[in-house]
Amino acid sequence: MDLLAIPRLVFEFAVYLLTVLPDLLPIILALATPLALGALCGVLNERSGVVNIGIEGMMLMSAFFGYLTGFALHQTVGSAVAIWLGIAVAVGVGALLGLLHAWLSVSVRADQIIAGTMMNIAALGVTGYLNRLIITPSGRGGAGVIPPFRIPPELADLPVVGPILAMFLDQGPIAMSVIVFVLVLQFGLFRTRWGLRTRAVGEHPKAADTLGIDVFRQRYLNVILGGALAGLAGAFLTLESTGSFQNGMTGGRGFIALAAMIFGRWTPVGSFLGALLFGTATAFGVVVSVRPAEGDLGVILRSIPTFWYAALPYLLTVVILAGVVGRSVPPAADGVPYAKEGKA
Amino acid sequence: MKDGPTAGSARPVLEMRGITKRFPTGTLANDGIDLDVRRGEIHALLGENGAGKTTLMNILYGLLVPDAGEIRIDGAVATIHDPADAIARGIGMVHQHFMLVPVLTVAENVILGQEITRAAQILDLAEAGRRIRALGARLGFDIDPGARVSGLSVGQQQRVEIAKAVYRDVRILVLDEPTAVLTPQETREIFGVLRALRQDGASIVFISHKLDEVLEIADRITVIRRGRVVGSRRPGETSEQELADLMVGRSVSLRVDRGTSHAGAPALEIVGLRANDDRRHETVRGVDVTVRAGEIVGIAGVAGNGQDELIECLVGLRRPTAGAVRLAGRDVTRASVDRRRDVGFAFVPADRHRYGLVLPYTVRDNLVLTRYAERPYVGGLGTFIRQDAAIDEAARRLIAEFDIRTPSERDPVSTLSGGNQQKVIVAREFRQDLKVMVLDQPTRGLDVGSIEFIHRQVIARRDAGVGVLLVSAELDEVLELSDRVLVMHRGRIVGEFAASEAQRDRIGLLMAKGAAA
Repeated sequence: MDLLAIPRLVFEFAVYLLTVLPDLLPIILALATPLALGALCGVLNERSGVVNIGIEGMMLMSAFFGYLTGFALHQTVGSAVAIWLGIAVAVGVGALLGLLHAWLSVSVRADQIIAGTMMNIAALGVTGYLNRLIITPSGRGGAGVIPPFRIPPELADLPVVGPILAMFLDQGPIAMSVIVFVLVLQFGLFRTRWGLRTRAVGEHPKAADTLGIDVFRQRYLNVILGGALAGLAGAFLTLESTGSFQNGMTGGRGFIALAAMIFGRWTPVGSFLGALLFGTATAFGVVVSVRPAEGDLGVILRSIPTFWYAALPYLLTVVILAGVVGRSVPPAADGVPYAKEGKA
Repeated sequence: MKDGPTAGSARPVLEMRGITKRFPTGTLANDGIDLDVRRGEIHALLGENGAGKTTLMNILYGLLVPDAGEIRIDGAVATIHDPADAIARGIGMVHQHFMLVPVLTVAENVILGQEITRAAQILDLAEAGRRIRALGARLGFDIDPGARVSGLSVGQQQRVEIAKAVYRDVRILVLDEPTAVLTPQETREIFGVLRALRQDGASIVFISHKLDEVLEIADRITVIRRGRVVGSRRPGETSEQELADLMVGRSVSLRVDRGTSHAGAPALEIVGLRANDDRRHETVRGVDVTVRAGEIVGIAGVAGNGQDELIECLVGLRRPTAGAVRLAGRDVTRASVDRRRDVGFAFVPADRHRYGLVLPYTVRDNLVLTRYAERPYVGGLGTFIRQDAAIDEAARRLIAEFDIRTPSERDPVSTLSGGNQQKVIVAREFRQDLKVMVLDQPTRGLDVGSIEFIHRQVIARRDAGVGVLLVSAELDEVLELSDRVLVMHRGRIVGEFAASEAQRDRIGLLMAKGAAA
């Protein structure tokens, strides 16, 4: 080991990252999709003043019921139709769970952390039980996955441009829709009437109330819409990504989504970038074992047990939530139920 | 009301008849109140804290539902269920605690609820900005529609509130204690805006307990006491003294008779004190003050010149970087809050919601908050057991002695009006065995009756030999109460005046500039 050992390793690492980029880029968006949709769900909820830590459970329930729909129907209506019906069911289940969370948080004024925790625990139990009751004994498979869009090989093989195009376009419809949702919600939140009212009820509900805005209605609307997005994230897991259902398959993505939301300071675009960061961490963990590095760097990277790579997104979550990214300020009325005075 | 509705332009825009409201706690806040407001007049609603002014206006704005009574607008009965109804009828309200969303811009706050949109709900902020600027020009103030509200001064925020109402074509604008948080300069500006609004034909209900302001701005004055209308006057036909007596229900003295002080041994000594604020800027930069037993020393100064940090060092909430604090000859520079209180120290904070009160606790618990662990409030086995009977008795005695208006000693202190909350603190802090008191704006937001009461109590304690340090941004109060006046500027004491030679102008100049011209 000479003096230049460290700088050389850093240089080698940079070169390595560049060489694996064509493998890395196309899988980032797919890995980031459920996180991004979950984070958007969080943004919609918390911007209107409702804390939702039950995104994980909403995703899992939607993933299961979406899968179940495809599983039950694909032999009668065909795979393609069954998958799309499954996606619709997943979104609907997400919206229904959103309605439940809104009812508990807004009308009943229950503790929102407890409500979310209940959602997560109930989701694990319900899906685990029904999975064992219906799907496992049948021994049959599901409806499969939606075929991803493929860009023509001559485009994909272009240097530099190819992998970047692949990153956004070599994807399934749900993954690609994320970009649309991010842009629409970013615009909607900051440039439309709905967005202005959402931000107002999340920051100072009483002020909004004195201007004749229905705080309850606005919060219900947002929590239900958010639930639908969490449902879409669930549909992605079973009907676009894996084509199967496993117990607890969300694997903490609902919580990482919240970290992405905080990283993105409760903005849609920021949350999306946060999700991409987590997606990149996951993708790196995959690529490092598929395309090992050579030389000293390879020795070092191989000497790190593989579970550390798998744990990378979770470690990143801890780091971000511990505030390394800088303190970000949540909406002022986040998690505070609104009650009108003197009107019981 | 004596003036009934008459023909023509004097016909009331708003009539409230027999408004009665009883709260679930049992307080009868409004007891058959009649009020009428004419087109193009500024109508002052005068009353002590807790008299029911705000309740009446919250009923008008649809935030509360009355138990009885009716509201007529332009002669027609109007049922107002919520603020949306009120807004639709041309009623606007500027609340005492502003209803602005700090993270939003001025334009966003103004249009919220009645947004100007293009197709697909997209906000037209450019058009909103144009309208808001035009509205500001009409009323005579500058307003930047793109500025974030959190960055505005209190006076500017109030103009945003008024802009909100005018944007909604307000015909009846209610302002709840609009000047409570303003500097004299800002107050003059807001009065200009209100006069411009009146010129436009709007009617204004101006809630206040400041007599001079009411006499200056109002066309008519209605006085409310304990939920009832007790009189109606025109400014030309009345005086501050008469209004104060009406408000309080007895003869009030507006000027305190300070008497002469007989200063004794040093009670509080502050020596070369230096301290930093939370951002580690040195804001107290070498302060020497001695307060003797039996004298009131006032510190005047524009807010933010180190007074907060100085007070925190005295109370024991902040550790000074240099210097010493002595209470009755004992060094307490590093002593705990509790230890200082044992020596005979009391503190009345400016922000009673942050310090001084535990809002959800009952009145009785707040009254014994500093002594809950002493006999007779604890007793029994190993003196661990809380003695409710003793606490109740002490609380009832203090409630009677300090005239605290509360349904009972067991109601949460948060349900009391601001003046009564302050009386709870004063009742607790003004104990018999005191040596030093630090008062931080002790009468902020209080009405004449409460101010008179608290001032008398302060002077009584001084005459009993307590050393009093009074810190206030309100020069009037400092001049009225203090035996000596010090001026604090940028963390230093820059001037000292004996009570007799205290010259308002020189002090004002020192407060602003730090050096006499």
